[in-house]
Amino acid sequence: MAYDLEFEKPLAELEKKIAALQRKGDRLKPDESIQLQALEQELRTRTTEIYQQLTPYQTLTVARHKDRPYAADYIRLMCDDFFELHGDRTFGDDAAIMAGPAKLGDQHVMLVCHQKGRDMKEKQLRNLGMPHPEGYRKAYRVMAQAEKFGIPIITLIDAAGASPGLVDEERGQSEAIASTLYLMPRLRVPIIATIIGEGGSGGALAIGLADRVLMLEHSIYMVAAPEAAASIIWRDSVHAPYAAEGMRINAREIFKLGLIDEVVPEPAGGAHRNYSQMALTLKDTLLQQLAELQQLPVDTLLEQRYQKFRTIGKYERIQELVASAIS
Amino acid sequence: MAKEVAGQGSHEPKPNLPSMGNIAVKCPKCKEILYGRDWEKNLKVCSRCNHHFKLSALERIDLLVDPGSFVEVDADIVSVDPLKFTIQPPSYADKRTYAEKLAEQREKSGINEAVVIGHATIESMPLALAVMDPFFFAGTMGSVVGEKITRAIELGIEHRIPVLIVSTSGGARMQEGLYSLMQMAKTSAALAKLGEEHIPYFSLFTDPTTGGVSASFSMLGDVILAEPGALVCFTGPRVIEQFMHIKLPEGTVNSEFGLQHGMIDAVVHRRDLRQTFAKLLRLYSANLTVKA
Repeated sequence: MAYDLEFEKPLAELEKKIAALQRKGDRLKPDESIQLQALEQELRTRTTEIYQQLTPYQTLTVARHKDRPYAADYIRLMCDDFFELHGDRTFGDDAAIMAGPAKLGDQHVMLVCHQKGRDMKEKQLRNLGMPHPEGYRKAYRVMAQAEKFGIPIITLIDAAGASPGLVDEERGQSEAIASTLYLMPRLRVPIIATIIGEGGSGGALAIGLADRVLMLEHSIYMVAAPEAAASIIWRDSVHAPYAAEGMRINAREIFKLGLIDEVVPEPAGGAHRNYSQMALTLKDTLLQQLAELQQLPVDTLLEQRYQKFRTIGKYERIQELVASAIS
Repeated sequence: MAKEVAGQGSHEPKPNLPSMGNIAVKCPKCKEILYGRDWEKNLKVCSRCNHHFKLSALERIDLLVDPGSFVEVDADIVSVDPLKFTIQPPSYADKRTYAEKLAEQREKSGINEAVVIGHATIESMPLALAVMDPFFFAGTMGSVVGEKITRAIELGIEHRIPVLIVSTSGGARMQEGLYSLMQMAKTSAALAKLGEEHIPYFSLFTDPTTGGVSASFSMLGDVILAEPGALVCFTGPRVIEQFMHIKLPEGTVNSEFGLQHGMIDAVVHRRDLRQTFAKLLRLYSANLTVKA
């Protein structure tokens, strides 16, 4: 897989040198063979180095990478017996949301996911993973069904946002999102949400009010896309990298703030370089978190879930602000 | 990507002016010149085209509740700039940081954040109140707005009184990042608790009610009212236009659009709001016993 991101230039160059030597095949001289091994090692080291220090904006480019695994890939690699449910029983079926029961290892789970599209046709079909109101309503009925049968809910979040069309306003996008936010605090089953790519604002949070919120190492979670935030704060979307940094949209920063429960490590160079390894790591993490949550009595689970969100927010009394300004 | 989001124009504060007297005001919709005193008497509604001007939180409270009945709580809660949002593109002229802008807003507007909360009575019936202010940082929601709205809801739960929330918001407060987004979850969860206690919640949409505020507590009212012609939407008109490559006629996504598409219960003229809420309080209080 090509090293095509801007910050991967050093890696692309190393790879070119490696490829040139590899092309020699059997004609490789002994010292060239040593050189090849050294270059391969250097590539591995530099990849890890670079990826450990990504800026929020660089992380965004990884989270939005065209080859990054999507929900359907994780379902295929992590789960068995997935049966996809369709429709919101009221209006239609939204292909941006993929949902239904499955087996994760030994565990029965209900999956609710954003699915972006891979090729042009799929992208169009799935509206780039941006749900319409009927998508959230499908999520709602599937989550309610999970509660009915005592099945834990696993959500995989990966969308730039909720669909911003006029038809979406007509069909009540605000109501659709608000309804899931009203439902999720009360669901009497464990809920684990994982941002696998882009956690775009309310469109993401709508399936993210969970007992545990995880983020893959190079995923992002944001109140608004940095382009939009830059337009609002500095009147020009070109300042997006500053907005990305100021808002601290990457997993590492968000974890430092205490706003998520775990950062799930990605293979060196990002999840797109090793789908199987990423899926395995995620599966193990989910099963571990699930096992912990299933120890809790349901009333305790719900109270902890409530407090988790109740305590998010930083504020103080103005007297304290003044006092600390003086001191 | 988006160049503009509905409702969030300049962060320039609009001061709470003393009585307008003979100062003239121009209606932004129909361009009619309105005389200050008449305009105020008309509750800051254009007598020609019915455009409902924005009201500050304190003006709104005066309009709705029994005189002298409002008791404010938690007035002194302020933001702490949780992300230390000081970053700036070097080319951008305005060098004020988030913390500096907040301090200015507090000084100019006389309130400490974009929502005022407390309790009051309407026709002697008690209720908990949260009223957003469109002039403080464009009514954007950050940690403090979320916290105060949640506290107003908790006031309702504790004293078993109905909750009224007046929304006006240009969306989430960017400078508080994910903290702002999470307030959607926090407030919705609090309302879920209120609902479990069988306590009614009335929501009023005023111009503009958009974005994260619209997609969380605002839309969860047991009864949802809206003032005429308010911008009510999830995605702002400019962003809709960019996404769909169309031009929207002015005022497409507004209260009346919401009513037509089944999202709100009634569009109510400002002059009728107090008595409408009084009626709702009577109708929904059948099983409520107030805890002092």
